[in-house]
Amino acid sequence: MTDTIDVIDHLVGITPGAPADALRSRRPITKEHAQKSWTALFEPVDESQASLVERFAVAVFVAVLHGDKSIKEFYGTKLAGLENGTVILATVTALAELNAAKGPYGHYPEGPLSAENTDGPALDIGPTYRAILGDRLSAALEHAYLLTYHPRDASPAELQKLLSAGWSTTGVVTLSQLVSFLAFQIRVVAGLRVLAAA
Amino acid sequence: MSDTVIEPTVENPPVVFTQDKIGWTAWLQPLAEGELTDRHYEALVDKARAKSAYFALLVRDPDILEARTKTDNDIFYNTKDGLPRAERELAATAASRLNGCILCASVHSRFASQYSKREADVQKLLDEGVGADLGERWNAIVSASVALSTTPPSFTADHAKRLREAGLSDEEISDVVHGAAFFNWANRLMLSIGEPTPAG
Repeated sequence: MTDTIDVIDHLVGITPGAPADALRSRRPITKEHAQKSWTALFEPVDESQASLVERFAVAVFVAVLHGDKSIKEFYGTKLAGLENGTVILATVTALAELNAAKGPYGHYPEGPLSAENTDGPALDIGPTYRAILGDRLSAALEHAYLLTYHPRDASPAELQKLLSAGWSTTGVVTLSQLVSFLAFQIRVVAGLRVLAAA
Repeated sequence: MSDTVIEPTVENPPVVFTQDKIGWTAWLQPLAEGELTDRHYEALVDKARAKSAYFALLVRDPDILEARTKTDNDIFYNTKDGLPRAERELAATAASRLNGCILCASVHSRFASQYSKREADVQKLLDEGVGADLGERWNAIVSASVALSTTPPSFTADHAKRLREAGLSDEEISDVVHGAAFFNWANRLMLSIGEPTPAG
């Protein structure tokens, strides 16, 4: 898979010479490395610790959790082109739509900030979806849900669930970067869309 | 090789937002310095980061760490034009306060204070939260950073208008967007692969 387009420009709908093009072009290093971040995650040199299907499935899931249809379509098209991709695409889309919430919420370490604790859902994928997705991808999606909506509820026990489902330490690092990068990318796109429309 | 998590016992963990220096300990095994190759050092960008548990853990995937670090450095340190450094750090602090990353907030609130000389206002943001009254220009930056940080993001033309009325150009608003958006990346990593400790 080779992408020569700049993904953020593509997602915002930036055309050469538009005001938003100028906003991005004045920060060429940011633009270059945001794109290289995308390439590192979605055109990886080594997919032994996290497969392409897993990466794009998580991306579709996170885009839907953010309520962003066009970004979901972008990752969904790529997922659909991978082995078993159309089934996974339909499944993760349905799962994300059913469990969409609003973040951030979660708990603080016990102390004065406990007064600011807010509760919200955690994702526990049931047997019907799990049968299609498998334990490894199910664990990744559950963790992506935590990172997207309630990252301050993270714990070693949550990481143990990933390791128990077959993720390696390096795979968990890649997965965590991927979900966190998407949180960045989706927000840059959301912000630039507003500026581009002005 | 079967990997395992680390469950540290942290005595007196930081439980409030603070501008003081605090530490951090990993929940997964960082690479030891003896395991690092030239590629790892290149990905760390700054070699001293090999001694940081956070970066020595993230360097397990060197390609994304290197690209992320170069994105981060340009968003915050490239101040030849655009939004003053203090206000990029304010955006980072506001995102961290909303998401609840005590460590990220400590580092970037210190920078916000250092560059703005408004330590009391920065402390007010940490103590009272993102609704604190910091004067209209800072309120507009905090409000925009918070709107970008919610999931789904809720940043609208009204936020951009308020920033323009507070004196920011679209270039500077783009810097607010990038500063806040980047901390939605940083907060999620820092919160989920380890935890804060007292200063080391």
